Order: sequence, then C-alpha cells, then structure tokens
Amino acid sequence: MLHINNLHARINGNEILSGVNLKVQPGEIHAIMGPNGSGKSTLAQVLAGREAYEVTEGEVLYEGKNLLELDPEERAREGVFLAFQYPVEIPGVSNTYFLKAALNSIRKHNGLEELDAVEFLKLIKQRMKIVDMDESLLSRPVNEGFSGGEKKRNEIFHMAVLEPKLAILDETDSGLDIDALRIVADGVNKLRRKDNAVIVVTHYQRLLNYIVPDFVHVLMEGRIVKSGTKELALELEEKGYDWIKVASDSTLATA
Amino acid sequence: MMKQSTEQTPWYQSNFALFEKNLNGESSSRLHAMRMEAMARFTEMGFPTTKHEEWRFTNVSPIARATFQPSFQSDAAGLSSEDVERMSFGATHRLVFVNGHFVKELSSIGPLPGGVIVGDLASALKGNDELAHGSLGKHASIQENAFTALNMAFVQDGAFIYVPQGKVVEEAVSLLFISTGSTHRYIAPRNLIIVGDHARVTIAESYLSLANHGSLTNVVTEITAGENAVIEHDKLQNESPQAYHIASLHVHQKEKSNFISNSIAIGGGLVRNNVTSILDGEYAECTLNGLSVANGMQLIDNHTTIDHAKPNCPSHELYKSVLDGSSRGVFNGKIFVRKDAQKTDAKQTNMTLLLSDEATMDTKPQLEIFADDVKCTHGATVGQLDADQMFYLRSRGIGTTLAADILTFAFASDVVNRVHVDGLRGQLEALVHAKLGKGRER
Repeated sequence: MLHINNLHARINGNEILSGVNLKVQPGEIHAIMGPNGSGKSTLAQVLAGREAYEVTEGEVLYEGKNLLELDPEERAREGVFLAFQYPVEIPGVSNTYFLKAALNSIRKHNGLEELDAVEFLKLIKQRMKIVDMDESLLSRPVNEGFSGGEKKRNEIFHMAVLEPKLAILDETDSGLDIDALRIVADGVNKLRRKDNAVIVVTHYQRLLNYIVPDFVHVLMEGRIVKSGTKELALELEEKGYDWIKVASDSTLATA
Repeated sequence: MMKQSTEQTPWYQSNFALFEKNLNGESSSRLHAMRMEAMARFTEMGFPTTKHEEWRFTNVSPIARATFQPSFQSDAAGLSSEDVERMSFGATHRLVFVNGHFVKELSSIGPLPGGVIVGDLASALKGNDELAHGSLGKHASIQENAFTALNMAFVQDGAFIYVPQGKVVEEAVSLLFISTGSTHRYIAPRNLIIVGDHARVTIAESYLSLANHGSLTNVVTEITAGENAVIEHDKLQNESPQAYHIASLHVHQKEKSNFISNSIAIGGGLVRNNVTSILDGEYAECTLNGLSVANGMQLIDNHTTIDHAKPNCPSHELYKSVLDGSSRGVFNGKIFVRKDAQKTDAKQTNMTLLLSDEATMDTKPQLEIFADDVKCTHGATVGQLDADQMFYLRSRGIGTTLAADILTFAFASDVVNRVHVDGLRGQLEALVHAKLGKGRER
C-alpha cells in the first residue's frame, strides 16, 4: 500500500529526514516512535503533502502511484488521512459544514454521488458514536474553543466520517487523559479493516497498549534505525531512546 | 471669489440654481436659509483634496470634475411592490426612495405603536414639524465636512423617524434608496432618526442601483439616542461599480443608551463611509462593525469616530475588509477619550484579507486619550489566507478554490452574523457570497 524509499526532506535548508525506508501493507498498524526532533512529525506532514517541506531525494509510492506528485487534497481523496498533532482552528466554519465539504469532495473524486444534508446528518450521527463525540461540537466552528482532548477526538471523528485507507495519527495521544485516550484508541480500533492501514506516530508507548501495532519503528535523526514488533515499544519504554542510539552507533562502528 | 467668465460653472452651482428655481415659492423659508448657508460654506471649503488629513487615501477629484444632473421629483421607475419587497428583505415597514425622493406607492408601513412616526422628511419639513426642523443639522455640522455642507445645501427628502419615550418598534424599518436611469445624478438624501428615552428601533438603510451608472449619492443620517434607548442601524451599500457614494452617520448618545452599527459595503466605485458617535452620557455603549468586500478598481474607505465624552462607557469596534483585484481599502478609526471620561473601555479591531497582490489597504488607528484611568486597545492585521488553515482544509480533501472560498466567506460572515435582522442577514450572506464568487471567476 505504502512504499517509502530513501526519503530525504528538509525545511528552511535543514535536512530533517535523511533516508527513511518503510513498507506498509493493507490491514497493518505501524507505530513510529522516536525522541523529540527525530523527524516523526515531519514524516507525517510530508506524507500529507505539507508544502513547507522540500523532498530532496527518494520516493513514496502509494497504491503504486507517486504520492509526492499529488496535491494534499488529491492525497486525501485517494484515501490518505493525517490526524494533526495540533488541529487547526477554523473560526466561522462549522464542524458539520467543513466535514460535508470534505466528504463530498472525496466522494466526487471517487465517482460517488454527493450526500445531501439529510443523508450526511444521518452518517455523522452514526459516526459520532464511534468516538463518543458531544453533539454540540458539530455546530461549533472547527476546533475553535475546543479543549485539547476535544480537538484530538474531533480528528478521529473526521477520520470516522472520511474513512481513509491510510490514516496517519500524529501524536494523537498527547494532551489526552487516560479516559479520553481509551475512547480515541477504541475509535481507531473500530475503524480498522482488512483493507486499511494505520501509522501511529507517538513519543510514548502508552497509546500502543490500546492500539496494538503489528510493527514498531524507531526514527532517530531522520532515519529508521530499528524495527521490530510491539515488544520493541515496551523495551523502549523501559530503557529509553539512548539505548537504541548507543546500540545503533556501535552497530555502525563495527560494520 | 470672482469668477472668470471663461471658467465653466461647477456642477453643484448650476444644480443649485436649478434647484432654487424648482422650489416654487419655498425659497424664503427658514429651511432654505439653511441651504443657502450650507452652499456658501461648501463654496468656501470646496471639495477636499488628498492634502487634507481626512482624505489622504481617497481622491475625490473625479467627483469634482464630473457633471451630475439634479434630481427633482420622485419616479417609480417601473418598479413593482414585489421588486421593492424583495430588495428590502420583506421588511414590515419600508420607505422607498428613488433618486433621493420618497415614493409613496412603493412604500409600506405596518402597524406601529402610538406616536411613532415613520415617514418622509419632505412631508415633515413641509408640514413645519418642529421636531424635524429642530433636529436637522443638530449633530451633523456643515463646518468641517464639505460633503455634509453639500448635502445640507440640497436637503429636501429622506427618512424621518421618531420613536417617542418608552415605545418599541419590534420590526426593522427598511429605508431603501434606489438610483435609476442612465443619467449621472446627484442624490442627497437626509435621514433624521430620533429615539426617545427607553425606546427601541432597528433601521436598515440599503443603497442599490438599477442601472450601471455613475451617480453621486451623498447621504447624511443623524440619530439621537435618548437615555436607555436601544438602536441598531444596519447599512448596505450595493450600488453600481461606477457609482460614487459618500455617507455620514452622526449619532448622539445619552446615558445608558446602546447603539449598534453594522455597515456592509459591497458595491460602488468610490465609497466613503463616515460613522461618528458621541457617547454623551455615562454607561452609554457603542458598537461599530463594518465589512467591505471589494474587487476590480473599487475603493472603499471607512472613517469612524467614537467620542467618549462621559465616564464609564464601553465601545467595541470591528471592521473587516476583503480586497481582491486592484481594489483599495481604507480604515481610519478615531477614538477620543475626553478628560472626564474615566473608566472608558474602548476596543478597536481592523482586519484585512488581501486576495490579490494588487489590492492594497491603508489602516490607521487614531487614539487621543485625555483621561488617565481608561482601557483602550486597538489592533490591525493585513494579510493573506492563513497557510495552516488552508493546509488543514486541503488535507481533508477540499480543493484550493473551495478551501479559499470557505475561509474567505467565514472571515466576512463574522461581521454579517452580527446583523440581528434575519431577513437582512440572509440577503447580506447571499450578496457577499455572490460577490466573492464573482471575484474568483474573473
């Protein structure tokens, strides 16, 4: 589904990604962990098409297509979804109106009929339950005045409505208390299907107790330095990232 | 001043001569004495130039150079009641003016509380209404603003609204000013609105053109707000792209009165709106909101003045502009806080969204504070659409054009949503939407 080869990217002349390689198959959950500043969020933003980042080398194939050639909206319409680390406030635009515009743009692209107001309302009422969304958040401007937890929950609600094939969750756990974390994680699990995949970007192992990954990758200094199964996350939790750094340095030294 | 015989008579002088001829014996009245005084004052001042501080960014020389024909009588201009009903958002009370003159057949007044007057100024002045005569020019001085003098020189008709003490006019009163025909006309409506203590009213002035012509509308509206009076004044300016529109709104507020102004400018080629409110009683509150949506070669200039003359008065001001094409916007927000006006709480915000590289905005807050225990804040932003917001919308599948439309409309509707009259708000939303859409197609 997703095939990242030797991806290099920079912003304002600083290289952040220095040769990322990653393969994601349908139905899989991948966790990308790493210390602050390792490039996790950059990878998420580059995959979603943030123009501030310049890709200098490498390629990203998504369902056989060159993802890097697509505009952000084209990626979304093809099924890529980014749950933002810092969801953006859009004053004056209601959550419902925003989602309807988004969903219908995606449906139109995929040759489906646009949903009318009634059909749309029915759909969102149903999807709200997945993340236990408060109905009052529907009519309010997107993320404006939402608490940190409400914003994160709203991101997963958007995901539930838009039904992406590849969802990238960027630090969705940050700012969530344990109850909210469980609800958000449950939501993600409910949306899991054989033909979709999730990349969970996180600093802590905590979220992975609820969203259990098939693979865990450690990103450091812009490269994936170690990959493993969910046990790797537990090991990181126990030993910290310095352990990996030392281990990989010594690997390089002996190589 | 001696006139050289070779010099052409300026349009306002030849218009004034014709105007006097048409007065039919009214020329000896006290009203006409006021007109002559105003004409003399205007002749003395002349049209302002960009050397005047108040007109630095707005060059009115096209108005001085042009030739405008006077407009002497009312004319239904083939309009039906249905037409004007639609234009005045189905309002219960509407006064219709065509080229500045009241058209009775097109107007309609619903049931009003006893003593409330909603009518035309011409009748009130002809009937020697003491209130009308006494209120004329009370708040709008002919000494400082040349256009106010020029309005007074031709004063004849407009709206006359009186809401006596304690009376509440529930439904909004629509004042519809329509300009028609192919001639470039000089149209000078004058509106007097007197609201007594504890009285309430909502007035909506709308300016529309039926044809694409370059008339000059030079309107002055004077509002008196009694103690505890509550007044909303909404204004829609949507004349043709060739039209010149100069408007001055003067408000005088007594103790605990609450005045709200929502001024929406969409049409017109050269538009200047002056809004002045004097908070002349403790705990009076004033809210001034404005929205300009311009494209092409339009110039929309908003000058506001809030004069905190007494203590404990809050004022709120939000002016927004959306500028596309080669349009230009001007905002000048004056706030005076007089020596006695302690505990003043004034907040001013001016925000501009530039949709093209050629559009420009000149914004200037002007605070003059003579009291020491006051809170005055002001802020101005001029910029493009927010990159983070754009990316957020696009990353959810919304294309750039629609994303920009959604964000632009949201920016503008922030002001439109402050209009409390449902029918008018709906009309404004549709007009703003259509205008923003048109800008994009170009």
